[in-house]
Amino acid sequence: MQQNFTNQEYAKYVQKKSPNSPIIRNIIIAFIVGGLICVVGQVVSNFFKARGLSTEQVAGATAIIMIFLGAFFTGLDLYDSLAKYAGAGTIVPITGFANAIVSPAMEFKSEGYVLGVGAKMFVIAGPVLVYGIIASIAAGITFFIIGIK
Amino acid sequence: MTATKRLGKQTIKLQYPPSIVSTASIVGKKEGEGPLSKYFDQILEDALWGEKTWEKAESKILRETIIKAVTKASLSLGDIQYVFAGDLLNQCIGSSFGIRELEIPFFGLYGACSTMAESLSLAAMTIDGGFADYVVAATSSHFCSAERQYRFPLEYGGQRPLTSQWTVTGSGAVVLSSKENGPYITHITTGKIVDLGIKDVNNMGAAMAPAAVDTIYTHFEDTGFIPDDYDLIITGDLAQIGKNITEELLQEKGCNISRQYNDCGLKIFDNKKQDTHAGGSGCGCSAVVLAGYLYNELTKGNLNKILFIATGALLSPISSQQGESIPGIAHAVTIQNTLE
Repeated sequence: MQQNFTNQEYAKYVQKKSPNSPIIRNIIIAFIVGGLICVVGQVVSNFFKARGLSTEQVAGATAIIMIFLGAFFTGLDLYDSLAKYAGAGTIVPITGFANAIVSPAMEFKSEGYVLGVGAKMFVIAGPVLVYGIIASIAAGITFFIIGIK
Repeated sequence: MTATKRLGKQTIKLQYPPSIVSTASIVGKKEGEGPLSKYFDQILEDALWGEKTWEKAESKILRETIIKAVTKASLSLGDIQYVFAGDLLNQCIGSSFGIRELEIPFFGLYGACSTMAESLSLAAMTIDGGFADYVVAATSSHFCSAERQYRFPLEYGGQRPLTSQWTVTGSGAVVLSSKENGPYITHITTGKIVDLGIKDVNNMGAAMAPAAVDTIYTHFEDTGFIPDDYDLIITGDLAQIGKNITEELLQEKGCNISRQYNDCGLKIFDNKKQDTHAGGSGCGCSAVVLAGYLYNELTKGNLNKILFIATGALLSPISSQQGESIPGIAHAVTIQNTLE
């Protein structure tokens, strides 16, 4: 077998035989669903603004509501069904971040609250937090040094 | 003493071919909605089957399948001298916890999705060697326990590529006996690991196909059989892409099997209707197709001689994260109704 094919040749052959994901369709659906999630966020944001919250308070309250919704629909087994079609449209908004934390928390509950839920909760979102925090520290230090306020 | 039952490089011809005296299969809901539903002994509505965890559910499925197969053979668990079983979970807990209460001497196996042919091979050899009269070969897999081990939590929102496969929830068990009159296991070609460097864990079919090609080709070389000697040549879980590749590569080597070739991963689901992308996979895939559909067709006489090749991708999440490619393996077993 191996004599007939080098690994590179086989990789090329496999690529030819494997169907590609429908990228254009995926992008369009992601755009629409992602956009709709943002519209919901905007509605929530406008609602809080109308109730007289300050800009900072509006941002915080909106994030709280959107994260709650992401977690809630994950718990109802609906978020992943939507994500199957929406792809990046459901991953990118903050609701996707909630899904990435709540789904392992649910899944690994069978291993207990400490080693299961507690330890595995950040198994997907962990890298985002780690590198997000590192990036924000780096940005903070940079701004501190060059003195932009 | 020299080995007298060997044929060629990798094949053995059993001197006292054991018979399959009964089989049983229990599957999940999705498998029960597929084209083979009427061949399964039991279809579960609830993937947890009253258990608290997916792993416990998988063990229960395996245990109940073995009990069912033994009962169907009008035997008791005490008559079974060995059980050869394996699954996909770390340290093979699906099998060992499933078999824990059965009090049967147990060999735990790991051959990834090739385990059904591996267990069948070893069980048949054990009987042929005169070490037992009744042996059970079984495997199981569970979509939910496999997903959490190999991929993402169930509720995580992600998209599966079109090349990905769907792990079958189910277990198949086969009771082999030194007595009875077939269907017989007559030849066994044990595969070697073949790895052509595929690293895409979402394209297992392509990773395993070269191993299937190697085993099938070697089987014909070793035995002197030709594809037309078989009514059916069926691989375990190569699914759409792997099946096409296997067929084409064999064709290039001058071995045309397209007339009688199929794949369990394609038989078990209706890929279009059931959204299973390339097809089914998992230890349970080839096991339930063998124990359900294939055994039924053999006993009815619709099939008389088949080559059953279960295919395995010997990777782990750790090996893929470390950048390793996916080693493939395939074991072939000849099952036939009459002895020449």
